[in-house]
Amino acid sequence: MAYDKFTVLTSTVVPMRTENVDTDQIIPARFLKATEREGFGDNLFRDWRYDVEGNPKKDFVLNDPTYSGKILLAGKNFGSGSSREHAVWAIYDYGFRCVVSSFFADIFKNNCLNIGVLPVTISPEFAEILFQAVETDPKSEVEIDIDKQRITLLKTGQSETFDINSYKKENMKNGFDDIDYLLNIKAEIADFAKGRERLLNA
Amino acid sequence: MEKKTLFDKIWDAHVVRSVPSGPDVFFIDKHFIHEVTSPVAFLNLEKRGVGVMYPARTIATPDHNVPTVDQDKTIKDKLSRMQVEKLRENCHKYGIELHDLGSDHHGIVHVIGPELGVTQPGMTIVCGDSHTSTHGAFGAIAFGIGTSEVEMVLATQCIMQSKAKKMRITVDGQLGNGVTSKDIILYIISKISAAGATGYFVEYAGSAIQSLSMEARMTICNMSIEMGARGGLIAPDETTFNYLKGKQYAPKGEAWDKAVAYWKTLKTDEGAVFDKEYHFDGNDIEPMITYGTNPGMGIKVKDRIPTTEGMEGSNKTTYLKSLDYMGFEPGEPIKGKKVDYVFVGSCTNGRIEDIRAVANFVKGKHKADNITAWIVPGSREVEKQAHEEGLVKILEDAGFELRQPGCSACLAMNDDKIPAGKYAVSTSNRNFEGRQGPGARTMLASPLTVAAVAVTGEIVDPREVF
Repeated sequence: MAYDKFTVLTSTVVPMRTENVDTDQIIPARFLKATEREGFGDNLFRDWRYDVEGNPKKDFVLNDPTYSGKILLAGKNFGSGSSREHAVWAIYDYGFRCVVSSFFADIFKNNCLNIGVLPVTISPEFAEILFQAVETDPKSEVEIDIDKQRITLLKTGQSETFDINSYKKENMKNGFDDIDYLLNIKAEIADFAKGRERLLNA
Repeated sequence: MEKKTLFDKIWDAHVVRSVPSGPDVFFIDKHFIHEVTSPVAFLNLEKRGVGVMYPARTIATPDHNVPTVDQDKTIKDKLSRMQVEKLRENCHKYGIELHDLGSDHHGIVHVIGPELGVTQPGMTIVCGDSHTSTHGAFGAIAFGIGTSEVEMVLATQCIMQSKAKKMRITVDGQLGNGVTSKDIILYIISKISAAGATGYFVEYAGSAIQSLSMEARMTICNMSIEMGARGGLIAPDETTFNYLKGKQYAPKGEAWDKAVAYWKTLKTDEGAVFDKEYHFDGNDIEPMITYGTNPGMGIKVKDRIPTTEGMEGSNKTTYLKSLDYMGFEPGEPIKGKKVDYVFVGSCTNGRIEDIRAVANFVKGKHKADNITAWIVPGSREVEKQAHEEGLVKILEDAGFELRQPGCSACLAMNDDKIPAGKYAVSTSNRNFEGRQGPGARTMLASPLTVAAVAVTGEIVDPREVF
C-alpha cells in the first residue's frame, strides 16, 4: 500500500534505551483483532504506556512531553519475536517514519521496509552518541538522507553511513512496495511454477 | 562441483530471479494462513483488484484467537468472531482449503500442516506467523512473514527476500533421562542469546538431533526464531519419511518412491561451508527453565539466576527491569519458587508426544492445590488420539483441565489469560512481558518439567519427582 515517501528526513528524536524490545511490547496480541489497518497507533507500546486503568504512565518516554519527533531511537535487538506487521503499523500510525537502532530483528526490519518505516542500523558507538545528545538536549535534530545513506546529528555534524540495498532504496524514495514489482513479473513466475512442477514429477 | 548446504539447495531451487543489488524473487510452495494476519492482506488484494494466483497452494485454519471451550457455539468475543468470519468468507471467495473450527483437522496451523502431510522436505513454506520455522523439521525452508508478504504470496506466490547467512548448530552426545528436545533448544538459546542467530538460517545437526522423533524436531525448529534466526531446518531421514508415509497429502505409490529418492538428496554436502558454526555436547544439557522476559534468559533448573556481574549501562538496566517484572532477585535459586498456573500446549509442545509425556508423568499423581493446570491439544487430531490412548482420563484424574485446540494461553488472544502477577510455567515459546496476559509472569520449560511443577506446585527438576 502507498505510504509517505521521503528522501531526506529531519526530525527530533524519541529515545528508548531498553534492549530486546519484542513486538509483543510494541503491540500486545490482544490488539491484533482487527480486519482493517486502522487505529493501531493508539495501542503502540500499550502496556508500557498505560496502566491497567488506562492512565498514562509518567515514566514512559512516549508520555514525556520533552520528547517528540518522527524518529524513534531504540536499544539493540529491536522488534524481536512475533512477525506481526501490526507492530510496524502501530509505529507508522503513531507518526514515526524511521527507527534507528544498533541491531534489528530480521522479520521486523523486512516489515518496516514494506510499510515505509525506514530501519537505520548504526554502530553501538554512534547510537550512544545520539542517545546522549538527545537526552541532554531533546531538541537535537537528526537528519536521515536515504540517497546518501547517511545519518547526521545536525548540532555537531557527527554522522555515519547506513546500509540499504539499492532496490529497497528506490522503493522507499518512491513509495513503491514489493507487490508492485511482483505483479509486473507474474508471467515469469507462472513459467517458473510450471517448470518446477515438471521437475518434481520427472 | 560446488559444495552446498541443505539450505542452499532448497533456496537456490526456488529463486525465480535475482534483482541486481537487491533481493531474490523467491517462490513459495505452500502458504498457511490464519485469522489474525490475513484479513488486511485480502482487503488490500481487493483494493488492488488482484485475485489469488494459486489458491491450491494456500491452506487456512483459525487458531490464534479462537476460544478453547464451546467451539461448536458462536464465538462470543465480537472482534475474534469477525476475524474468523472474515477468514471463512475469504477462503470461500477465493477457493482456499479451510480447516474450520470443529472440523476433523482443525488446530494450530503448525500442528496441522505436518499432520496432514502438507509439509514435506525440500519445500518452501511461509505463514504470517514467526513459528512457521516449525516446518523446517522436515527439511523445508519455512519462516514467518508479515501481512504485506501474505498479500504478495496470495497475489503472486512469491516474496522478495535476501538470502540469509548460514549457521550450523551441531549437538552430539547422548541426552540424559528427563532431558527433552525443549531443553536442547532452551539450552542453545541460553548459550547464544535471543539475538544470537539474527540474520542466519540455522541447520541443526549431530547425533543428539538425529535421534529425535519428528515431534521433538519440530519443537527445536519451532523456537529458532527465539534466537533471532529466520528459520531452522533438519535434514530429512528415515524418521522423516516414516512420519510422512500414508499422511493425507503425502505422495502415494510410484510418486512416493520418486519423492523419497529426491528427499534423500536433501542434505548438506560434505565440506560445504557455513558462515557460523556452534557445537554443543548433549551430555551437558539438563532440564532448563527461563527466569526472565526473553527466551535467551534460561538456566538449568538446578542453577541460580545470574547476577549482574559484568553487566553495565542499558544492558544492566534492561536485565534488572526484566527481573523486576518477574519478581526475582539476581543470584537466587529458581528451584522452589511457587507457581500458580501450568500450561501445556502451543505449536512448540502441543503434539501427541507432549501430551503423552505429561500423562505418563502425572499418572496416579495429582496436581498441587495451588496450581491451575490447563492442557490444550495442538489439534483435533491430537485431541482425538489423546482420548483414544486414555491420556485424557489420566490427565483429568490428575486435576488437569483439558481444553479444545488453539493457540490459547501461548499468546492469550482469547480468554485463556494468566492473571497479572501470577506465575505460569508453560510449554510455549515466549516469556515476553504480558505474553500470557497483561502482567503475567511466564517461565518456559519442557512438558516433563511442567508436569513435575504441576504435581509439586513449585519449580522443580523433573528428575527429582517420582
